[in-house]
Amino acid sequence: MTRILRAIGARTVDGIWRMGFAARFFAAILMRSGTSFARFQLTIREIFSTGVLSLIIILVSGFFVGLVLGLQGYETLQRYGSSDALGILVALSLVRELGPVVAGLLFASRAGSALTAEIGLMKTTEQLKAMDMMAVDPIARVVAPRFWGGVISMPLLAALFSTMGVFGAWFIGVVFIGVDDGAFWSQMQASVDFRYDIVNGVIKSVVFGFAVALIAVFEGYDSAPTAEGVSRAITRTVVNSALAILALDFVLTSFMFRGNG
Amino acid sequence: MSVSFPSGDTLVDVSSVDFAYDKRPILSGINLRIPRGKLVAIMGGSGCGKTTLLRLIGGQLRPTGGTITVDGQDLTKLARKDMYALRRRVGMLFQFGALFTDLSVFENVAFPLREHTDLPDDMIRDLVLMKLHAVGLRGAHKLMPNELSGGMARRVALARAVALDPMLIMYDEPFAGLDPISLAVVGQLIRKLNDALGASSIMVTHDVHESLEIVDYIYFLSGGKVVAEGTPDEIRASTDPFVKQFVNAETDGPLPFHFPSGSYRDALMEGRP
Repeated sequence: MTRILRAIGARTVDGIWRMGFAARFFAAILMRSGTSFARFQLTIREIFSTGVLSLIIILVSGFFVGLVLGLQGYETLQRYGSSDALGILVALSLVRELGPVVAGLLFASRAGSALTAEIGLMKTTEQLKAMDMMAVDPIARVVAPRFWGGVISMPLLAALFSTMGVFGAWFIGVVFIGVDDGAFWSQMQASVDFRYDIVNGVIKSVVFGFAVALIAVFEGYDSAPTAEGVSRAITRTVVNSALAILALDFVLTSFMFRGNG
Repeated sequence: MSVSFPSGDTLVDVSSVDFAYDKRPILSGINLRIPRGKLVAIMGGSGCGKTTLLRLIGGQLRPTGGTITVDGQDLTKLARKDMYALRRRVGMLFQFGALFTDLSVFENVAFPLREHTDLPDDMIRDLVLMKLHAVGLRGAHKLMPNELSGGMARRVALARAVALDPMLIMYDEPFAGLDPISLAVVGQLIRKLNDALGASSIMVTHDVHESLEIVDYIYFLSGGKVVAEGTPDEIRASTDPFVKQFVNAETDGPLPFHFPSGSYRDALMEGRP
């Protein structure tokens, strides 16, 4: 019993230490972000590798989520004779929730894991130490551009995910099932509020971008410099990012949508 | 053994340095000097603290006691900015080269020049080709690090380490994992570059025969202490048991074969490791 309690205590203390390190690491990234913007081509390169290279999975997933939403939404709405509201249902689901959350989860799996692996392997092969010995700060030169690349990519990917989702729902609902085209778009236009729905969705995706990018670069930088260490760090990135996204989503939703939307 | 401390103007002075990871002591009471223009080897068995000492001299670790001065500056008191200013005049070759795997050979060597100078591209190109020519790899400038052999990677890393014409070059196990020809090539390059650049060099290695051919002075480390030192001739003639064991690669001597442990008899009798 004592051993179990001790193990729980040790894990808790370790977790708090790591959160403290992550907070200090975040502060260090912010303070050393000058290079990322003064030499913006460094950040653009990272936007390419985290954002552009994630496009396929985001677009395809968005389309399929839209198809499923269209089918499920139509199935329920037609029972109440309101299948014309399919556009509203799909758009609100995607813009408010599914777009930022699912895109965030996919982003963590595709780009976050790659970021962790890249930084972890640079650490394992002493590239970060070599850079530091060359008087080039690895946080400024390697970590910060990757962090900002992730932060900038995430809301753009979430927006594309939602767009593809709406298109997928239109495709299945209007083209295949026969929901009225004009009703689909006009009801969506009339009911989706820019400030209340879209801006809040964008805020969510920005927050998730910060969380996933920070977790990914921190886990890579903090990984044990061995093959096993990097592998564990990648797992932690995916798991912690998913938990962070879902927890933050609940917190943000409870602040943003207070029942009269 | 008789000691002839290297004479001349001192570039690196390590004085009474102690270092411990957590509470586990790694180095204790280390004293050594690196004179300007000389190539000095720090030798010892695996795990004796050689690389730790190199990292202390490079300012990547802070000693728990004692002082380290490089070019008159006390590393223990330097702020980060001043440390970086000092490191711009120091080159380091890592054990396996530590080349940036996403950059070509050319861009690896150009990296310190692009980061620390405002030189125009054509001048950077000329400088990079000169450095690569010096290590015999000008023709490999387009290759990526994963296309290089171990010896070639080490030479590219050497070109990168001297890109800014440093006053001090540090080598961490430069001969590890090299075939005999690459080993001799890298050894000769280390000597030639030190002399051609007018630099000073510290080489951490356990390759005793190659080192005796090229270095000016040797410090032997064991158990976190300097246990012997001297010029290559003094080392060859030494009757010190540690030096003899190391130079002649003898299995029997003051360097223990076994990692410290309890009684073998007790371990067998009690069924515990």
